[in-house]
Formats: sequence, C-alpha cells, structure tokens
Amino acid sequence: MTVLAVSNLAKRYRRGGKPFAAVDDVSFEIGRAETLALAGPSGSGKSTIARLVLRLIEPDAGRIDFEGADFLALSGAALRARRARLQMVFQDPLAAFNPRATVARVLDDPLRIHNIASRAERPRRIAALLERVGLDASLASRAIHEISGGQRQRVAIARAIATRPSLIVLDEAVSALDVSVRGQILELLLDLQRQERIAYLFISHDLGVIRAVAHRIIVLDSGRVAESGDARAVIANPQSAIGKALVAATPRLTRSRP
Amino acid sequence: MTALLSIRDLSVRYRRDGVGALKGVSLHVEAGERLAIIGESGSGKSTLALAVAGLLAKGAVIDGTIEWTIPKSQTSHSFAPLSVLPDISPTRGEIEPSSPLSPISNVVGEMPAAKPPISPLVGEMSGRTEGGAVERQPSHPRDTIPHLGRDIGFVFQDPSSSLDPVMPVGKQIAEVARAHLGLGWPQSMTLAKTLLDRVRLPSPDAVLYAYPHQLSGGQKQRVAIAAAIAAGPKLLIADEATSALDTIVQAEIVALIRRLVAEDGMTLLFISHDIALAATLADRIAVLRHGELIELGETDQILNAPRHAYTRSLLDAHLGLDARPLLDRQGASA
Ligand SMILES: Nc1ncnc2c1ncn2[C@@H]1O[C@H](COP(=O)(O)OP(=O)(O)OP(=O)(O)O)[C@@H](O)[C@H]1O
Ligand SMILES: [Mg+2]
Repeated sequence: MTVLAVSNLAKRYRRGGKPFAAVDDVSFEIGRAETLALAGPSGSGKSTIARLVLRLIEPDAGRIDFEGADFLALSGAALRARRARLQMVFQDPLAAFNPRATVARVLDDPLRIHNIASRAERPRRIAALLERVGLDASLASRAIHEISGGQRQRVAIARAIATRPSLIVLDEAVSALDVSVRGQILELLLDLQRQERIAYLFISHDLGVIRAVAHRIIVLDSGRVAESGDARAVIANPQSAIGKALVAATPRLTRSRP
Repeated sequence: MTALLSIRDLSVRYRRDGVGALKGVSLHVEAGERLAIIGESGSGKSTLALAVAGLLAKGAVIDGTIEWTIPKSQTSHSFAPLSVLPDISPTRGEIEPSSPLSPISNVVGEMPAAKPPISPLVGEMSGRTEGGAVERQPSHPRDTIPHLGRDIGFVFQDPSSSLDPVMPVGKQIAEVARAHLGLGWPQSMTLAKTLLDRVRLPSPDAVLYAYPHQLSGGQKQRVAIAAAIAAGPKLLIADEATSALDTIVQAEIVALIRRLVAEDGMTLLFISHDIALAATLADRIAVLRHGELIELGETDQILNAPRHAYTRSLLDAHLGLDARPLLDRQGASA
C-alpha cells in the first residue's frame, strides 16, 4: 500500500535575483513500512523536498498524496488530523525547544494537541513512549539540556511516534550522533518500522548509513532525480555522474584482516 | 624522525571544579607526519588541538608540558616559506619539503630539564594581550615560542566562524602573511592570489575580492586553509575541518590538505570523529576516549590489529559500503 505519492513536485527560489529550481519535477512513492532514502550533495534539494512533504512550505507545482488523500488540498481541522500521521525528526529537533523544558513537556504536547490521551492518562503514556524508545521513564522530569545527544534523539523519536504516524520524515537525523549511538538509533528506527509498520523518508548525505537502513534510494542532483532504485544496487553500481561521485567520495575502511 | 612536539602528561579542565577534558595525555608528534586524533564527542580531541595551538580559554586549568622543537630559522620573521613564495630562493636550502626539520638548522626551543607546568595564570598576571600560546608557555625563550598563524595553521570545522564576514577574503589571507612574514600589502596580496590558486579556487583574481557569503561552504573552507598556510606554518591543525561539508566536498578538501601538506612538508594534526576518513589521510592514529589516550599506532595497525576493545568497537560501528546492512541483520521487511 502506498503511504506517500509525490508527483512532478517543483519549488523555485530566487538566487541573486534570478529564479532557480531547488526542486524540479520530482516524483516518487513510499509504501508501508518502507524506507526511501534521499541522497545527493549539499544544495541538491533534499531538505526542500522534506519541507514540501511536511507542508512547511508550499510547492510551485506538483501533487502530494498522503494516505490516499490529496494532501495539498487539505486545510484546517482535516489538515491537522492528517498531520498527526506524518511526523518528522531532524538533526537536532529539540534545539527548537526551550532547553529548560522537561522531556515530559516535550512529549505531552503532541498527546494534548492531537487529543490522543486525557490529562490524567498522559503521564502513563509518556512513560510508555520513553520505554518504547529505550529510555528510562524517570527521564521524564529531566530538562532537555540535561540529557545527552543520543537521548535527545530518542526523545525526538518518541515525540514523533506519539501520534502513531504512518510516515516519518528524517532529515539527517543521525548525522550529529557518535557512531556507537548512531548504530543504536538506527536499530531503534528499524525496530519501530517492523513493529508499527512506519514508512521513512530518510535523508542523509552518508551512503553508508543509507545502505544500512534503506530499501530504495533516490539520488538528487540540482533538484532533479539523477537516478533511483534498490538502495544496495544503486550504491554498488551507480549510473549517474553524481551517484558515481558520491560513491567514490565515501571513505573506505580498508582492513586487510577484518 | 624528530619530534616536532612532545606532549607530556597533559591534563585540561575547563573549570576548576570540572571533570578533566584531557587526562594525562602523552604523545610525540613527529616532524612531517600526518597524525590523526580520533574520538567521539567529549573525548577531548578538540581540547588537545586547542591546547597545542595555545587557544584554550583563559579559565582552563592546564597541567603538563608541550615541548616544541622548531628550527630557529623557521621562527624568524624573515623566513619565507618555499611553497608560498616560489621565487624567493635564499631560504630554500633550509627547508626542503622532504625534510622540513633537517638537522642543518639549529634545534632550539627545547625546554630546560626542569619543566614548569604550562600555566595560563602566568599570562593572566603578566597582562599581555598576545595569543594564548605565548602566555601559556612562559618558560620558552621569546623567539622559540610557536606562534599561531606563523608556526601553526589552524583550520576549524565552520569556515564561517574563522572568516570575517565583512572583509574580502584576499585581504584576510594577505593579513596573515603581512602579520607573520613582514611583507608589505602589495606583496601580501600577490601571495594571497598565489594561495587561492594553490587551494584550487576558480579565478583567484575574482575570489580575491569576494566576501565569504558569496562562496559555498567548500570554497570558504578552501579560503580558510589558504589563510592557515599563508605564513608557511610547520604544523597544520585541521579540527573536524570537513565535518560540515558534504561527502564530495569533504573528499576534495581531504585531497587538498594531503597535497598541501606534502608540498610544503608540513606536519598535520587531523582531528576527526570519523575513523574511516582519518585512515585515508593519516600515517598514525591516536584514539581518545573520555579525555584519555586509549591507543596510538600506525594506521595499518589500528585498522587491522587494534589493541584496545574501544578501537575495535569504533571500527565495527563504521557503516561502510561493504558492511552487512542493518536491515538484513534485523530481518526487516518492506
Ligand atoms: N528559503 C530559501 N530561499 C532561497 N533558496 C533556498 C531556500 N531554501 C533552500 N534554498 C536553496 O535551494 C537549494 C536546495 O537546498 P536544500 O536545503 O534543499 O539542499 P539539501 O540537499 O538539503 O542540502 P544539504 O545537504 O546541505 O542539507 C539550495 O540551492 C538552497 O540554497
Ligand atoms: Mg538539507
């Protein structure tokens, strides 16, 4: 089943007075419990696509169908209700929060805003969410600035899954993490995907990370799709110039005695 | 090989009551080598880089010694680096790129037998306003103290933070040459243009007068590198210099650093969280964890026969293009 279908998406910005296409005629689909990766050099349009899909910005052309509905046509209560099913995790998503806000507060918001649990019920739900992402429930009373980067990203994931989404947009969600923590967060994402059948639009500049978790990949170049396909097949044998350059630039760990 | 710098029992705390950012680190940096310092966040790698460059914040509590061996000829202000001014030849014989610290130069700058700890307090009390390196190494004779900019080039992660947003980049590079090489403005600007060409910026004539915001992240980092090597430093420190760049630009900057270090016979301290990236460049790799030096060895040994379990765990956590995808290990389905 298709969760998200994007067709002929376009977004233009102006640079030095001249319009240019940040996203140019991009189409793709994501199925349930599927991970689609967006790869490409800096400025190729990855984050712009993420923002368009989340409707943080409006496209100049194209269509977005989410869970079978015309997402761009939604407004008001219908849009709010649908938004609960579409969540996001960014590189440091909690940076936007007051650092003195507690973890409980950060998780309480979506439960309250989307009427998911009554006030009395919420503390229990928050504890369950924390446990679901591998955190101790006692963390709830801690301030955001008092927890580690890895713990913050787990809280961000807990916040994202609080509304039972069918799709999570992850924009460089593991890029700032230490490698040991990164592995654990990726495992958590895969585990959630298996259990809850969540689809991911997974943006990363790191082909190694993409290869570890993504089913399919789209390689972008200057806002256009340079190539797409099975993630491992594309990375093993890239066809586009930009795909080849990305693979060639990825550092190899050559161990003669692994 | 001669040690360019010997770090002995270096400990740093950022606050008097704080935990150690570095705990008793000892290592030699050989002249001409490319040494990578790797570790995860909070491991102390930037603290080590800043300590070497004399850039630690005033309040930092520093113990231990950093001992330099810098040939006198190269710390004098009349010194003109070979690579930077190719047509000024008198000093050439002293710094063959292959043996930048050859014994024909006087080796000075070794500390006396009794080495007082490096103390930022001395600098504070003296009331001087020069660079930290001067203040923190009070036991050095004045002319053997390594100067940031002149003897040490430093490249930071974020080029925007090291470049002045309202000054043309050519002038920023020329400023370094003027300050440390005693050149006049016209000469410094000529040198800046040569440097922009050396870091492979397209049309150096135009870039000379460009402002940082007109350049991409990768181009800004090239400018920052040009400024860092403008005075012909012996030591180039790159602290996560490619971490903010995309994979393709990162590979280009690493190739640039490799070439410049070879051409100028510089010693390189390459600070990175990425062991695979570090391994593409380094002769030796030092692994830091929680402020301690866990392991130090030839790159080949670190990759193929790590002695410490932590080093092994870092290698295993690397997600390479040949690793078994987590997807398979988990048996997830689409
Ligand atoms: N609000 C905006 N106004 C003008 N130009 C923009 C805006 N947002 C993005 N752009 C431009 O659109 C292009 C695509 O940017 P985008 O952020 O999508 O790239 P990206 O692939 O996410 O890059 P990175 O890997 O650096 O995150 C770039 O040229 C960028 O400068
Ligand atoms: Mg982006």
